[in-house]
Amino acid sequence: MPSLKDLRTRINSVKSTQKITSAMKMVAAAKLRRAQEQAEAARPYAERMERMLGSVAASLGGSEGAPRLLAGTGKDDVHLLVVATSDRGLCGGFNSSIVREARRSIRELTAAGKTVRILCVGRKGRSQLVRDYGSLIVDTIDDVGRPRLGFDDAQAIANRLLALYDEDGFDTCTVVYNRFRSVITQIVTVQQLIPFGPPEGGDEEAEADSGGAKAVYEFEPEEGEILETLLPLNLSVQVYRALLENAASEQGARMAAMDNATRNAGDMIDRLTLDYNRSRQAAITSELIEIISGAEAV
Amino acid sequence: MADTVEFELVSPERLLLSVPVEMVVVPGSEGDFGVLPGHAPMISTVRPGVISIWRDGVVDRRVFVAGGVAEVQPERCTVLAEDAVPLEDADEADADRRVAEAGEALERAADEGAAREARKRLAAAEALRTAIASTRA
Repeated sequence: MPSLKDLRTRINSVKSTQKITSAMKMVAAAKLRRAQEQAEAARPYAERMERMLGSVAASLGGSEGAPRLLAGTGKDDVHLLVVATSDRGLCGGFNSSIVREARRSIRELTAAGKTVRILCVGRKGRSQLVRDYGSLIVDTIDDVGRPRLGFDDAQAIANRLLALYDEDGFDTCTVVYNRFRSVITQIVTVQQLIPFGPPEGGDEEAEADSGGAKAVYEFEPEEGEILETLLPLNLSVQVYRALLENAASEQGARMAAMDNATRNAGDMIDRLTLDYNRSRQAAITSELIEIISGAEAV
Repeated sequence: MADTVEFELVSPERLLLSVPVEMVVVPGSEGDFGVLPGHAPMISTVRPGVISIWRDGVVDRRVFVAGGVAEVQPERCTVLAEDAVPLEDADEADADRRVAEAGEALERAADEGAAREARKRLAAAEALRTAIASTRA
């Protein structure tokens, strides 16, 4: 049985922890709102980019001389996995779920006889992967988007990927990140970046949207040259979107985790207070019995 | 037919402008082009330069863009800009700072990719400085 003093210290320590977690929850809520707004604001660009790329690619129509970013290297041997995680912990299963998915892909690809290389974005992913797959990690990019995630950050990462691609560092590039659905659900997403695949889902919708007007665009300069500019830009946009979704998911996950922690701390305080009062009363009772039996003995 | 064309200026970070305009002049990489209502569908790359927005027969606003892509449709003109600065907000000191920064980046550039990126930035920054100088003059 812990002493009264021990219990008091415990209660105080849990109380301070609770203060911290509830403060972190509120901070995460504020950051989440900002991240969501940012993701919202970035959507128009990505949408239009997708539409434009669709019409240019359709007009070029799989002919010869399509840029490497669209057509691929013609091989499928080396896979680069971009594992986008957060720099900080205390956000529930956010990082672990990404890393779990990454591990699964790595196992699958190695089983299929492919070479896997890893580029970690964010400190946490690296620290979880470095033990098992340390030799596969090409590089780690830390502190992305601090204090504020900008397009520049995404562009820097995209440029790294392009440089690596140009020197034949890999044939296929996939990014693993968490897509933000709501505060309590984040969906681990694996998206292929290079070679650029058609946007998943809603493909037919997009086609129906633009109707038959696709092929009638004039191009200035040639389609091929436009693609040369458009594709790297699109890569940056896709990376940017992944980072934004990740940022929102991280804050959402942290908010949920901290909410849980605050509640758990509350339960713990209640339990400890009960114990504390019980032992206090027991001490008083035993003291009383001692006094009474002492008086009786006289 | 409507006598205005819907002009949209979008940067990766947000939708900057979405207004009906009479005409918009975009600095295409093969030369400036004006977009009036009913323009033939076109996709063009954009070089660093100034977009002029015409309303009521005069230039209403001027926005500097650091390159990007433009999509033109009969009733709409969308410019996806890499970076955009409204000229009334821009000042020479800022432009000078950008030029200096880009120059430094070029000197520091370790590999060909970084150097190419820095040259692009430098060109954009110089174009901004020229654009500002021409409005002040």
